[in-house]
Amino acid sequence: MDKNVDISLTVNGEKITKRVEARTNLVDFLRYEIGLTGSHVGCEHGVCGACTIRVDGRIVRGCLMAAAQADGADVWTIEGVTETGEIRALQDAFVERNALQCGFCTPGMLLTIAELMERKPDASRDEIREYISGNYCRCTGYQAIVDAVEMTRGTMGKMGASAGRKGASA
Amino acid sequence: MKPAPFGYARAATLDDVFSLLAEHGDDAKILAGGQSLMATLNMRLSEPEILIDINRIDGLAGIEDTGDTIRIGAMTRHVDVEESDLVATHAPMIAAAMEHIAHPAIRNLGTFGGSIAFADPAAELPACAVALEATMHVAGKDGTRDITATDFFKGLYETALGEGEILTAVSVPKIAAGWKSGFMELARRHGDYAIIGLCAHLQFDGAKFSDTRLVFFNAGDRPVSAPQTAALLNGQSWSDALSEKLSASLKEELDPPDDLNADGPMRKHLAGVLVKRTLAPLAGA
Repeated sequence: MDKNVDISLTVNGEKITKRVEARTNLVDFLRYEIGLTGSHVGCEHGVCGACTIRVDGRIVRGCLMAAAQADGADVWTIEGVTETGEIRALQDAFVERNALQCGFCTPGMLLTIAELMERKPDASRDEIREYISGNYCRCTGYQAIVDAVEMTRGTMGKMGASAGRKGASA
Repeated sequence: MKPAPFGYARAATLDDVFSLLAEHGDDAKILAGGQSLMATLNMRLSEPEILIDINRIDGLAGIEDTGDTIRIGAMTRHVDVEESDLVATHAPMIAAAMEHIAHPAIRNLGTFGGSIAFADPAAELPACAVALEATMHVAGKDGTRDITATDFFKGLYETALGEGEILTAVSVPKIAAGWKSGFMELARRHGDYAIIGLCAHLQFDGAKFSDTRLVFFNAGDRPVSAPQTAALLNGQSWSDALSEKLSASLKEELDPPDDLNADGPMRKHLAGVLVKRTLAPLAGA
């Protein structure tokens, strides 16, 4: 049986065609085949959130999706949304509030929070905590992260439309 | 860890699925949302020869109003159930359960039917399906059949799905006038599997309970109904004395397992706590 699959997808706006092993997950594909190492690999079973990636406008666990499933998909990583400036205010707030130390969880945190700000721009602190409950931070703790999100709350929602969003109403 | 090598086939139709299942049998796994499957593959708890991806099959996703029921396609993503007005209006128990299913990134890809067919006894949706007396729609190469939710769950990760069959949709009866639904679970961290959870579906005659269904999850090897305790509610209004009676009854009726999160006696105690916290507000107490 052929254990390889041909896939064609868009990553950060760029068209890519590759042959991948069927068992390659999306985050390993992005890191090792495309060289986009901003998405991190932590637990590899969907618990830690470090591998969070945006696929067709929604965040997913990069370790729980086969690259083969991303055929035809519109994929955005932390590199792409940084370049478009979509989450600039949030990134600035993270720096200002010391919302990261080692930075391992940060790409996943940022993509998760960007989705929250699009779905619920006025989220309360409790709602922010709930939304990032699937993203582990093992050094800063969550207080500073929630502070940073609060700083940008209400200003992020409109920015989301620029990069690979299907639109909140879809 | 990385999964062992496997093949991958993208099914375009249900007939593709049936012929692939006939060819590969137990060596094949169905890939729906993959949010449980991919984790077990990564941990090498499962090493199938081939994954049959059913994500591209038309007609398996979507939520429709069929009159008396809401029909939820097996491939409907959790997030779409969570955001559905139809579900919020006609199946408030399921609407309340959705935010407890893992985390947003997992709900974006995970599917309603996948969660049901996987039959994890700690999962929310199988218990909701039993409490609401949902009907499972199943298809195989010889045709389709319907299975009641109670008959569907056979044990730990075990269902009534036969060889070569897959779940295509679930029909949930609309909540009727005079009925109320409650959903609550206790977990150490939001999004984790519950230590124990409760789906309650109740009919009221004025302030009195007249028909009650209590179904617990993570209380056994499948969704666990507590009909004896539920029967104690009939004809009663809520009171502290009734609450104590229910707790005592649950300790007799339930036999939950021990695990790292809680032992059986603690789960029995928490079952009573859940009943009190869920039913008292529904009864207006």
